[in-house]
Amino acid sequence: MQRPTNLINGIDWVTVGLYLTLVLAGWINIYAAVFDEQNASIFSISQRYGKQLLWIVTAVSLAVAVCLIDTRFFSSFAYPIYGIGILLLIAVLMIGKEVNHSKSWFEIGSLQIQPSEFVKIATGLALAKYLGNYSGKLMQTRNILILAAIIGSPLILILLQHDLGSGLVYLAFLIVLYREGLHQAVLLFGMLAVVLFVLSLLMQNVQVYLVGGLILSGFAAYQYKSKQTKLTLKGIGFFCAVFVILFFVNLLTGSRFDIHELLLGSAIPVFVFFVLFAAFRRLPYVRIIVLFIICALVFTFSVDFVFDNALDIHQQKRILVMLGKESDPKGIEYNVIQSKIAIGSGGFFGKGFLQGTQTKFNFVPEQSTDFIFCTVGEEWGFAGAFVIVTLFVTLLLRLIFLAERQRSVFGRVYAYSVVCILFVHFFINVSMTVDLMPVIGIPLPFFSYGGSSLWAFTILLFILLRLDASRYEYIR
Amino acid sequence: MNLDFRKYMIGAFIILSGLVLLGRLFFLQIIDDTYKASGDSNSQRWVRQYPARGQIFDRNGLPIVTNQAAYDLMIIPKDIQPFDTAELANILGISKDVIKTTLRRLTPKQKKSLLSYKPAIFLKQLSAETYAVLQEHLYKYKGFSVQARTLRNYVRPIAPHLLGYVAEVDSTEIKDPYYKIGDYIGKSGIEQFYEKALRGKMGLNIYQVDVRGQIKGSFLNGDLDTMAVVGSNLTLSIDAELQTYAEHLMGKMRGAAVAIEPATGEILMMVSVPNYDPALLVGRVRSDYLKLSHNLGKPLFDRSVMSAYPPGSTFKVAQGLAGLQHGTLTPHSTCGCTGGYTVGRFHMGCHAHASPLNLPQAIGNSCNSYFATAFRRILDNKPLSTRENYLQWREYILSLGFGEKLGIDLPQELSGKIPSAEDYDRKFFPTPESWRSLTLVSLAIGQGEIGNTVVQMANFAALIANGGYFYTPHLIKKIAGRDTVPPQYAEKRFTKVDTSHFEAVQEGMYYAVTGAGGTAKWVAIPEIEMCGKTGTAQNPHGINHSTFMAYAPRNYPKIAVAVYVENSGSGASWAAPIASLLIEKYLKGETARPWMENRLLSFNLYDNHAEAN
Repeated sequence: MQRPTNLINGIDWVTVGLYLTLVLAGWINIYAAVFDEQNASIFSISQRYGKQLLWIVTAVSLAVAVCLIDTRFFSSFAYPIYGIGILLLIAVLMIGKEVNHSKSWFEIGSLQIQPSEFVKIATGLALAKYLGNYSGKLMQTRNILILAAIIGSPLILILLQHDLGSGLVYLAFLIVLYREGLHQAVLLFGMLAVVLFVLSLLMQNVQVYLVGGLILSGFAAYQYKSKQTKLTLKGIGFFCAVFVILFFVNLLTGSRFDIHELLLGSAIPVFVFFVLFAAFRRLPYVRIIVLFIICALVFTFSVDFVFDNALDIHQQKRILVMLGKESDPKGIEYNVIQSKIAIGSGGFFGKGFLQGTQTKFNFVPEQSTDFIFCTVGEEWGFAGAFVIVTLFVTLLLRLIFLAERQRSVFGRVYAYSVVCILFVHFFINVSMTVDLMPVIGIPLPFFSYGGSSLWAFTILLFILLRLDASRYEYIR
Repeated sequence: MNLDFRKYMIGAFIILSGLVLLGRLFFLQIIDDTYKASGDSNSQRWVRQYPARGQIFDRNGLPIVTNQAAYDLMIIPKDIQPFDTAELANILGISKDVIKTTLRRLTPKQKKSLLSYKPAIFLKQLSAETYAVLQEHLYKYKGFSVQARTLRNYVRPIAPHLLGYVAEVDSTEIKDPYYKIGDYIGKSGIEQFYEKALRGKMGLNIYQVDVRGQIKGSFLNGDLDTMAVVGSNLTLSIDAELQTYAEHLMGKMRGAAVAIEPATGEILMMVSVPNYDPALLVGRVRSDYLKLSHNLGKPLFDRSVMSAYPPGSTFKVAQGLAGLQHGTLTPHSTCGCTGGYTVGRFHMGCHAHASPLNLPQAIGNSCNSYFATAFRRILDNKPLSTRENYLQWREYILSLGFGEKLGIDLPQELSGKIPSAEDYDRKFFPTPESWRSLTLVSLAIGQGEIGNTVVQMANFAALIANGGYFYTPHLIKKIAGRDTVPPQYAEKRFTKVDTSHFEAVQEGMYYAVTGAGGTAKWVAIPEIEMCGKTGTAQNPHGINHSTFMAYAPRNYPKIAVAVYVENSGSGASWAAPIASLLIEKYLKGETARPWMENRLLSFNLYDNHAEAN
């Protein structure tokens, strides 16, 4: 048996190199972020950088351990692992510890473990297992429901822990499904939903304009598909006539409605009339367009409800602050401003290692965990940030390459899961430090301080490398 | 369905996202200047907001130190335009030349230099009157502005040593990034010890300025600005009236006096004379400091906590306690005295008193022979060696609060001196261990190599008053905004002498004030039972120091006092009446013995010197 030798030859050392580079770069930046002169030794175990070194050493051991496990274990035990993961999520809801509004931590002595970090791996495995068996029939209703259950169960449990950030990561699996044949319309609708969500929060009277806009685009789409120009013109004329009448009636009766309400009042009868007319005449394409408009309207009107009821106050606040609707200089916005100042003041080459003033005087809260990228931006400048972003993108592209060379659907789906989880973490984390996204507390993979996340990302990645190393073996 | 192209879509999506991030980073880090907050920036002006320093009150809420407004005249060198120097000199009360040289000093050689954009102090601490006149004319002087500061204002000219003073930071203190050149910091005393509480928190306003230095508004809407937080007021345990009275009584003397409330360790009074008016060290005229530091009486030296005086006979009480704890002495041990202590050729004199005496009587009469015998019994206790017995004795004495810093809240506190065994080894070189009990016998009566601070002696009196424990003496009673005083001041400290041994020495100290042959009989206070012990400390600097420690009332002590009057004579003559009057004043609010006061006020150091010569 030459297995160890095969393993060493089979492991993708490019990925391992990228992994180690990122982990060490992270460690150096954690050192800078929590540096103080009293505890200047980078190995000081009382400080976060000393502890991170401990996490790194244990993570590397974990990586080696994962590589020594037989490949078949991952596919055979995908469902049991997933089951255990779900049980852990339920358990943490009951006996977990609340940190920063989120009840998502187990506390064992001084060790804190966040199970949702590990459940991502389990979900990836379960998804891979299921698609490995049923690939190609993705659009069947029954399969879609089961996939929704696999992804949705942990997602719902995590949202119940009030951990929006970790929940968002599960949207990554949509990209995996896209690769496996999900209709692209689903992705498009997903993105549209996000745009509508933001717009309806951002603007007042947005519903009015959305209704108007959607009805107009409905007409436009109908016009494009059916070429019924006369009918469309009639519709627009009808709309203008109703609006003018309403406008004057409102003026004479003492201006009780504002212009937005009048627009809405004119659009609705036109829309109703159009729908009835189209149904009567059995015009083509009208069904799908009407359905689309109604869905969009329902979604738009439900945004406020969802926003007010489904999100926690601090989450609402983060979104509002990000959208510029609420100013909160010493709260969340403070964090983002300080982060932007730290990064912005870095300039091209940065202020140099341990020279970041924002970093040094702890202007940025959470700097060694979620805001670690600030340190990169401030001390290493655009050059350093460029290197780190490039390293991440290179790693992701390398992993896509690995995914595509898998010979089993199981391997490929799992590989894409890894790609997408890492991508979402990376993109959301860096985006929030540069104010492209609201503050969502998720770590930067391999970089942020924390044993739980480093271990989880390491296991996630090395299961893929293990599968890749023996990709010529047959895997169900 | 062929899904292969989708891998390119996903890859492209990831690359695109990476580019979006890089674009954003490029914008933030290279193009946009908004977030480059920096003190050196030409487009920003950082203005520090100085908070008022915390005020200081006495234990009854009487103000001791408050603040007064002062104004610094500032300039921004690049904005200066030619002006009427004669008029400005007239307003400020300085000469034209001073204005010219200051301007030259503050204007950088290169016009473009960053320094010429930064506000610099042109003249410090204008009075409110000068400021009022200047303000009307300020519009004529482009580039000049006034920054308000607060200076110390001393409501009562008392306690300069314990209060300490405030002055500009020097180069060593500037290492703390909180301070910049020209900032004030507590330099000694309470002002230094409680600097962090007193100073409050500096505020910072960052303004956006245009190329001409005109303020255009707050930088980033003031999001980075911080408010100044006023310093915390301190309530001291000092009784301002008692302090004033003590400084009045001791006005012409050299020495120190400390009073402590035994039940809490709070210092009621702490005098070091000669002293000075603390207001002298405020303001522009620093020449006063030089004058004080060159004064022969060393008024800047805090005799209450820094000076290591020989304890003299007051130390006999400690000696008695050590003997009792060591087991080589009982309260009933008696010892005859034939006008002195004689061993072979060695002789230590003693004054005339009844004989033989037991321990309380020996304390009351301050018998040298008794304590010489007692001390030698400790050191010669077989089978241990002299050295081992000495170390044992030293342990007891250290635990009574001697020889080490007590940990009071004054930075200048020193430890006094109780020599270690090694010190004696070195002293009696080349034959270490050659020292024997007779070598050290002067320690028995508080002479020799030992020294104590006055606060240690007062603490010792408080410890006896409490019957065997003490609280670390401290000056702080309350820091505004905090519920408790620092915990180390609320902790009972027991000694290595069992509490059962204290009754005998208490009796002895009572006997000294009341008993037959008591050394301090004449200072007994009407209607108050006082316990005390005199000391006449021989010293190398001339005639004896007069010392006295006491506490009262005997059964429920409220005040413990120690007094040292340098080179004035016997303990009973000067220190004892001072302590007696202070105790009376504190307990009754007034004194009924004006003749005693008058005698003290007539004290003249130079008369005493003349006598000595």
